[in-house]
Amino acid sequence: MGKIIELKKVNKWFDKFQVLKDIDLDVAPQEKIVICGPSGSGKSTLIRCINRLEEHQEGNIVVDGTELSESTKNIEKIRAEVGMVFQQFNLFPHLSILDNCTLAPIWVKKLPKKDAEEIAMKNLTRVQIDDQALKFPGQLSGGQQQRAAIARALCMEPKIMLFDEPTSALDPEMIKEVLDVMVDLAKGGMTMIVVTHEMGFAKEVADYMIFMDEGKIVERAKTKDFFESPKNERTKLFLSQIL
Amino acid sequence: MKLIAKPSKENIKTYVPIGLSLVFLSFFDVFTNAFFNYNLMAFLPSQLSYFLPLLLGFFGFYLIRIEFSGVRSLDLLNKNINSNNFNAFLTLLTVFIIIKSIPPLLNWFIFEANFVGDSKDDCTGNGACWVFIKVWFNRFMYGLYPDAEQWRINTAFLILFAVVGISFFVKEKLKKYFILFLIFVYPFLGIELISGGNFGLKYVETAAWGGLSLTFIISAFAILFCFPIGVFLALGRRSSLPAIRYISIGFIELWRGVPLITVLFMSAVMFPMFLPDGTFIDKLIRVLIAITLFEAAYMAEVVRGGLQALPKGQYEAARSLGMGYWKMNLLIILPQALKLVIPGIANTLLALVKDTPLIFVVGLMELAGMIGLAKTNPKWLGMAMEGYVFAGLVFWIICYAMSRYSQNLEKKLSTER
Repeated sequence: MGKIIELKKVNKWFDKFQVLKDIDLDVAPQEKIVICGPSGSGKSTLIRCINRLEEHQEGNIVVDGTELSESTKNIEKIRAEVGMVFQQFNLFPHLSILDNCTLAPIWVKKLPKKDAEEIAMKNLTRVQIDDQALKFPGQLSGGQQQRAAIARALCMEPKIMLFDEPTSALDPEMIKEVLDVMVDLAKGGMTMIVVTHEMGFAKEVADYMIFMDEGKIVERAKTKDFFESPKNERTKLFLSQIL
Repeated sequence: MKLIAKPSKENIKTYVPIGLSLVFLSFFDVFTNAFFNYNLMAFLPSQLSYFLPLLLGFFGFYLIRIEFSGVRSLDLLNKNINSNNFNAFLTLLTVFIIIKSIPPLLNWFIFEANFVGDSKDDCTGNGACWVFIKVWFNRFMYGLYPDAEQWRINTAFLILFAVVGISFFVKEKLKKYFILFLIFVYPFLGIELISGGNFGLKYVETAAWGGLSLTFIISAFAILFCFPIGVFLALGRRSSLPAIRYISIGFIELWRGVPLITVLFMSAVMFPMFLPDGTFIDKLIRVLIAITLFEAAYMAEVVRGGLQALPKGQYEAARSLGMGYWKMNLLIILPQALKLVIPGIANTLLALVKDTPLIFVVGLMELAGMIGLAKTNPKWLGMAMEGYVFAGLVFWIICYAMSRYSQNLEKKLSTER
């Protein structure tokens, strides 16, 4: 099976501080990967490099056959294929939920308004907030906002979805509704890379687990092996603390 | 033994009526004094009678200062204007000053003012000579624009008001055509109409333009152009391309660092020297460009404030959806940033309108300039007060209307809960 994302020897620095060290990572289509690790370990930076919200300084990142580099002309095209969900939702507060979902399809993919709205309503129904479509983000609860953000990303019909700690900013009782949507998405065959501390979710959907510490991938294993027989001492310690 | 028991809930029935009547008496005395020139307490020695209202009111306020009296209006009064001796004193003083200052103002503006007549000699009263405004009204509105051609200015403004008025009532879909007309067609149409020279209209040189209509023309054009230029400068100053960033910074800092009056003077006097022989740019256009660029620099900094207030997540979300620089800014960033800085934009535009009188340094006379000219007319000497009060009133009405409009806009665009 071909790889949809390939990272080879990726290094990245913030000034003098090295945040990513020799990262190698392959993701096949429809694979679900969960990245965990202590804060400051470079998890978020890693997935932000995949749609080039952050630039890497060394190594290669190839997304869907296109290498990301300084000279990548069509970075917008890659980004349109890679959906991203943020910790802070980042919905556009001046637009209704429906407009949030249709804006990029209309302006970036040049879809007719009617088609864009159809797709938007389909995705809003999928995340079960179709009844809130005409409200503004400020009128929704955190869980609803995050589901709207997922719907917004899905409206671009991406091949890959990146999740950057999607439930970390939510109240505990709202986490489940967002995770349910993500599980549903995973079962639908989406390629997903998820940074999260929700280990229950990870056990349910992940094909592979990746544990990062201090900018390095410390351990990469099948989900079952990762939880039942972690090899690295650091991983064992981390798991013992959060499970 | 206490001579007077402290005001309390027990003696509320005695003290409150006494206290209130004392306060009332003090106000009444000042009132009769100010409005009817009759001193109720004239039988007392003059100094005492002068300060007596203050003493009476002060003592009255002391008597009614009962905490938690249970009477709602009394509690409100005590809480807001009578919480302690010092505040009672300030309350009295404020009320006295207001009462005392109303009659002279009313007298000057209305009762002793002159409204009828057509020369300075008709102004016999002590008050304002509004005849001055009446006689010169035409000049204050149109400057030196020929009387026979003034219908052209009227028509231009009527078209403007009509288009704006209709645009409030048409459907959302048609609205954008009205806005496009106002921005891209109307300015040229209006200028053509007022300037003339084509279509059988007599040419009127810009030196003859003036008065309130010139205030409007300059303000409208400067606002129309300084806004987009300011937005581009603000974006430029945050650009990642060094050339654009440094040009923007240089432009903004240069124009912000120079007084408007200097800029105007240079535009009129020095600028023509750099032009090749034979070329000529109209003085009004030079002034318009100068004001526009000057205000654009301020506008840029206001807009930049809004850009910086937006969370980084908004930029990232827009980029992650595949939007390029222009789509991100036009669809996501600017709509939010501009909404945030509406108060700042209104501030800058109000300042712009109020800066227009400065064009007198190059010999153009809008409303305040025309008044300055009229008051030096030998037949109308000594009319500065009336003229500038009138100018102040007109500017206040314009600016207050703009301010209200900006507040409405803020409310309308708010998508908060």
